[in-house]
Amino acid sequence: MGELVKFIAQSLVDNPDQVEVNEIQGEQTVIIELRVAPEDMGKVIGKQGRIAKAIRTVVKAAATKEKKRAVVEIL
Amino acid sequence: MRSVESSGKTVDEAILMAVAQLGVQRDMLEIEILEEPVKGLFGIIGARDARIRATVKKTKGEIAKEFLMELLDLMNVEAIVNVSEDDEQVNIELKGRNMGLLIGHRGETLDALQYLTSLVVNKDGQNYKRIHLDTENYRKKREETLRRLAKRLGYKVAKTKRKITLEPMNPFERRIIHASLQNDNYVRTYSEGEEPNRRVVITLK
Repeated sequence: MGELVKFIAQSLVDNPDQVEVNEIQGEQTVIIELRVAPEDMGKVIGKQGRIAKAIRTVVKAAATKEKKRAVVEIL
Repeated sequence: MRSVESSGKTVDEAILMAVAQLGVQRDMLEIEILEEPVKGLFGIIGARDARIRATVKKTKGEIAKEFLMELLDLMNVEAIVNVSEDDEQVNIELKGRNMGLLIGHRGETLDALQYLTSLVVNKDGQNYKRIHLDTENYRKKREETLRRLAKRLGYKVAKTKRKITLEPMNPFERRIIHASLQNDNYVRTYSEGEEPNRRVVITLK
């Protein structure tokens, strides 16, 4: 799931080498922490969080398939 | 990716050579200058040609296809990505099992995938192309469902003389409702509320 978030983020930002993803596995929930370069924050959040919402929707769909709940946090 | 190296007395001449070899237009090429030309003495002694590498740029459709194939792979979804494009739009159709997962509730996953693809494809900020992503004809079917819904509710409003507020929809779906009842003799429509909770209201004329 972390790989998925990393790939999406890297495709959107100007500094893909500064994308970092940290996965915290819980029993049913997986938390994915996403860090990008400060100037790229807008590229993964978007106006009124529209991009962040789209990323979460796609990750949620992928997680459902694995019968898990995924939370994406942008730090 | 197709690419050639070519040389000429000037950079422009080298580019012309590459254009001829690859058989594509100049603006489809990405040019990397490997060596600047040196004129030399009397144009002979110590003169050196310009050398360049020309690479055919990926089209927006190709970028979209690569992005979605990798993305679906990471989602563990097996699907075929069919792409066609013209000057304004890239049309993508996904085929496979498990497409319900990619559509999501009321198409929200499909919309998210479409939006992300559009961002990636148009990142360069040049000749923007609209992305249209569909699977199993979902969008067409949804449009028909919404049209039928609009007609049915329009009739209900006219009969009961009571306005009806629909559930929140995205701009594209709201437009279908408005358009379906545009020429209705008894009811009119408008939207109220803020995105993403904007709803269509059907009321008596």
